[in-house]
Amino acid sequence: MSSVYSKEKPGTDLRAEYQKFIGKKMLFLILLILSITILAGYAATQGSADIGVVDVYTTIIARFLPGHFETTWFSDTIVWGLRLHRILLAIVGGIGLAVAGAVMQGILKNPLASPFTLGIASAAGFGAALAIVMGAGFVGGEYLIIGNAFIFTLLASMSVYGLAKYKGITPETMVLAGIAIMYLFSAMTSFLQYVGHAEQVQEVVFWMMGSLGRSSWDKVWIVTGIIAACFPYLLLKSWDINALGAGDETAKSLGVNVEKTRVICMVLVSIITASVICFTGTIGFIGLVAPHITRMVIGGDHRFLLPASALVGGLLLLAADTVARTIMSPVILPVGIMTAFLGVPFFVYLFLRRKKVFW
Amino acid sequence: MVKITIKDLTFSYRSNKILNDLNVVVNDAEVLSLVGPNGSGKTTLIKCIDRILKPNGSILLDGREIESMSQQEIARLIGYVPQSSSTPLATTVFDTVLMGRRPHITWKVSDADIGKVADTLELLNLQDLSMRDFAQLSGGQKQKVLIARALAQEPAILLLDEPTSNLDMKHQLDVMETISSLVKEKSISAVMAIHDLNLAARFSDNLVMLKNGKVYAAGTPNDLLCERNIRDVYGVEALVMTSQDKPCIVPLRSLNRSQACV
Repeated sequence: MSSVYSKEKPGTDLRAEYQKFIGKKMLFLILLILSITILAGYAATQGSADIGVVDVYTTIIARFLPGHFETTWFSDTIVWGLRLHRILLAIVGGIGLAVAGAVMQGILKNPLASPFTLGIASAAGFGAALAIVMGAGFVGGEYLIIGNAFIFTLLASMSVYGLAKYKGITPETMVLAGIAIMYLFSAMTSFLQYVGHAEQVQEVVFWMMGSLGRSSWDKVWIVTGIIAACFPYLLLKSWDINALGAGDETAKSLGVNVEKTRVICMVLVSIITASVICFTGTIGFIGLVAPHITRMVIGGDHRFLLPASALVGGLLLLAADTVARTIMSPVILPVGIMTAFLGVPFFVYLFLRRKKVFW
Repeated sequence: MVKITIKDLTFSYRSNKILNDLNVVVNDAEVLSLVGPNGSGKTTLIKCIDRILKPNGSILLDGREIESMSQQEIARLIGYVPQSSSTPLATTVFDTVLMGRRPHITWKVSDADIGKVADTLELLNLQDLSMRDFAQLSGGQKQKVLIARALAQEPAILLLDEPTSNLDMKHQLDVMETISSLVKEKSISAVMAIHDLNLAARFSDNLVMLKNGKVYAAGTPNDLLCERNIRDVYGVEALVMTSQDKPCIVPLRSLNRSQACV
């Protein structure tokens, strides 16, 4: 068949123009990586103990090249023991939530979709509230709240899948089923808050505002591991998610197994979101807006949108957490509040400035 | 050479039978138009051929039963141009057409793929629009981009669902001339569902006239487009003239309506 379509005069100019177009996207990715690296170094200097940027980077590199770089016990304790895991949890958490948002918006063809569209946040909130107020859950001990948030998140996803499957897996049925599940879990959380004591209610509310204050190296590795396991598949499915954006029938005609792609993506996104918010509480803004910001800058091709959204999400959450813990120091604000305070003006600026259609 | 053979094809939406025992043959390098009133099953037949819908009966592509082929294999053989495509999310014309390479690639886009897209854009004279947002194009431009996307699949068969709907006269002719010349130049077969009988008559090699999900008649435009057939299938009294050796239809009045008035 290829001979039929081959042409004597190739579109050389168009190829060059397209390569340039791709080059700009790659440059954006590189700039994001640099920004995160710089911001992470700066974030590690912020706190009650005084430590400089150079010390921070030296301390980090010294772990990997111990003979070549020297550091002090003090710097090592501050950076590796206290601050770096929080910074990395912010980055990987932001990455996870943003990837989840970008995939959800793509497979549901809905600009308002986010990891929480399918009732995931409400389910996690209910799981946490159940653990805090009733002390009931699937896993005991220190993982009671985390385990509940994780398992109820997956339960919500399975319920949405079950409901949508009954009517046929389409963006509309999934969003409607998600809204039903979201209201159900919200109502149950409200009930638990109604019957709980004041301290329990306060704890539930604080959990639902989101915080990176509970970070640890274990949590960083768990979230990183889960994202590392799920992300390659989602990236591999970039073409299919692109095709879904053109409609289910077009996607089928391009060889996409529409239902299977949508379901597997939904499951992976749920697992990623669950792994992040069970440790951080609900941080809602990143998953919604990071993909939009990225789409406005580099367009809607998911081969680039997914990694770039991930990096924008990591950058946003890290910036929000850094501001949240320094702006009213020593008081640390919930990061969920700060993500909106920081991200909304930036998003509105891009939204008003951009002339092209981005959705 | 026969490209598509449809035998005893039946399709129902729940208990509502849309296609009933259809038999159609599409030859190599021909434009075959499906004509008939609304609800006669034109679009459904197009979707059945592309396996978007799963009918009962048999569809053979180049002698192979379509049911035994994977969606990927079908996508390499058939390019589908929908009646209206959802606007892809923030996508340029180039990326929209590149999507047509999806059946041939896993993830990485090769230089050859980029070259094929560039060639297709040039073939359809779309090169100046290549970096424009698809959403910002006019209806006619969008239609041509969707045809380009289907051609980027390098299909042996092109399925088009109302390719001229919502287009003005100039763009209708532009799109139909593009399809017609592509079929001849590339020796592919095109099957299209179309309402406009004059365009169908002018640009099709053969017609299949559908009524209530059945083939009412099949043949060349000159054989098929007569006043009697139009009256029987559409319930319309029409004047059929000949212009440039092709039938030209002037609808006069709806028979049902005139009867109702009486």
